[in-house]
Amino acid sequence: MIARFLDRVRFAGTTDVVVIGAGHSGLAASYFLNEQSIDHVVLERGEVANSWRNERWDSLKLLTPNWQSRLPGFSYSGNDPDGFMSMPEVIDFIEDYAKFSGAPVRTRTTVLSVSKASDGYRVVTDKGTWKTKAVVLASGACNTASVPKVAKLVPSHVAQLTPQDYRNPGQVEEGGVLVVGASASGLQLADELQRAGHDVTIAAGEHVRIPRTYRGHDIQFWMERTGIMNERYDEVDDIVRARGLPSPQLVGSHEPGLLDLNYLAGNGAKVVGRLMGVNNGVAQFSGSLRNIAALADLKMNRLLDAIDEWVLRNSVLCDAPQRFDATGIDESPALTLDLDGRNIRTVVWATGYRPDYGWLDVPVLDRKGRLKHDGGVVDAPGMYVLGLPMMRRRKSSFIYGIEDDARELMSHLASYLHRPNRCDDQYEVGQNPAHVNVAA
Amino acid sequence: MSDVQVAANNGVNVEALLGAREALTEAPEAAKFVWRAESEWKGGTHTQSNVEGFFGLGEEQNHVREFSYDTDHPEIFASEDKGSTPVEFVLVGLAGCLTAGIAAVAQNRNIQLNSVKATIEAPMDIQGILGIDGDVRNGFDSITVKYDIDADATEEEIAALVAQSQKRSAVFDIITNPTNVNVEVNK
Repeated sequence: MIARFLDRVRFAGTTDVVVIGAGHSGLAASYFLNEQSIDHVVLERGEVANSWRNERWDSLKLLTPNWQSRLPGFSYSGNDPDGFMSMPEVIDFIEDYAKFSGAPVRTRTTVLSVSKASDGYRVVTDKGTWKTKAVVLASGACNTASVPKVAKLVPSHVAQLTPQDYRNPGQVEEGGVLVVGASASGLQLADELQRAGHDVTIAAGEHVRIPRTYRGHDIQFWMERTGIMNERYDEVDDIVRARGLPSPQLVGSHEPGLLDLNYLAGNGAKVVGRLMGVNNGVAQFSGSLRNIAALADLKMNRLLDAIDEWVLRNSVLCDAPQRFDATGIDESPALTLDLDGRNIRTVVWATGYRPDYGWLDVPVLDRKGRLKHDGGVVDAPGMYVLGLPMMRRRKSSFIYGIEDDARELMSHLASYLHRPNRCDDQYEVGQNPAHVNVAA
Repeated sequence: MSDVQVAANNGVNVEALLGAREALTEAPEAAKFVWRAESEWKGGTHTQSNVEGFFGLGEEQNHVREFSYDTDHPEIFASEDKGSTPVEFVLVGLAGCLTAGIAAVAQNRNIQLNSVKATIEAPMDIQGILGIDGDVRNGFDSITVKYDIDADATEEEIAALVAQSQKRSAVFDIITNPTNVNVEVNK
């Protein structure tokens, strides 16, 4: 006990930048800091690529094809460019990058708090305290599985899992499963559990439906080539909405071509509306499923239209355009499901993830607990964040998307460090470097 | 015709709505509204309900005047039919909400509406309300809204208006999702 306390108060060192997290974001930040010879350290609670090691299910593969696995100065060099990395392959890829970049990573170092100090920040870890001028938050966007409050009302004999606890179907008791959520995680787990012989009901709220391949190319090829993934955060109509979009219904595999509600229903799953409540052991679903499906179909077709227009404008040779069947919804989808009976044994909450900033003792969260930042420049002098959805661009949360963000933000950070008379009271509201133009 | 694009005018002040959205994002307390109605039994199955005041933007507000509505039941129920049935009022509310939404979304997307008509049908098995069969619910079996929309837009754009309107509709939400309802008797 006392030894652990002493570890914390022990002085670990002084540096210009503390990067928190040694995933692809933190390592990319380190790459650009090295390039500018800025003294820094990368703190990692576990091993490099920790959440890929410990918080993913066994069958998960990256949603982006191998050719798109690029990090600053580094890219995929294997012989299956159109394949999708398994988790061990992702871990190897990020480990290789850590070696390549020579990032000064301190593994098994958990950050306990970050607070304001004179001329910068104090970063307390279980291996001592760092004094630093700047901080880069690269701890990821998916630290905690979000579970709605209604989970408390699920009868106690029904097991509850999140995609963070789930590893494989062997964990799930025989019997019916209610999967709540129809984004990538929800659909993949529903499909896997259905294949393992479970009766699956999937509750679908708003979702993003897109095909794996279109006109002979991976959808990610089109999203990148057409410039959609480069769309900037300050150019979209509704940034709050864009940042809150669920992950598209994709799986890192060429089969099935369209992992969607039609596919699951075709294999016997029961598709119901968004879970709205649990009343006396009975789950209640929204009656808006038809519109939810119509919205997703309309949006998918708009995306395909945009791709078709781009192909036409740029005279690209590729397969002919194609449209997919509308989402088929039963005439009267079930509005309730009895969780008290014997039918449903497990509820899987595939209801999204959120970052955990519990250790951040700097007032930079809004009333909804979201980090206040302008394109990654956090609302506190010398603090930056990387890897959040739609942070600077649509590709910000993708592995290949980190390069542009990290380059721009680390250059912003460098000019912050070199600013004459840099000290706390220099930055009143409005003078905060968050409002200084960041090179595009 | 000139090739200058003419701005759509559906009579919805979208600037004001967007301004309100921005202002209320900054001041979420002001977004908390309370809607009210008062009613009085007039005899038989006839009830008159009135709507005038509501709470919003942090203070008491009023409609430009009091609105009054009669609900009753048709003669085949041995009533005097002094107004539409309460269940029809629910359909009226849904039509009003979805159509207002279509107009607002169309304005925001610069789509000129020429006419927007809806027919709403809601089958109901009245064995439920008469207590004949406990397996039959009191309310509608389902609700079907059919829109006829003439607008300067493609079929897909019109479908998107209708979809977006449902997504942002209060009455659509009230009908499709459960709500806790407390009915008390004042002592």
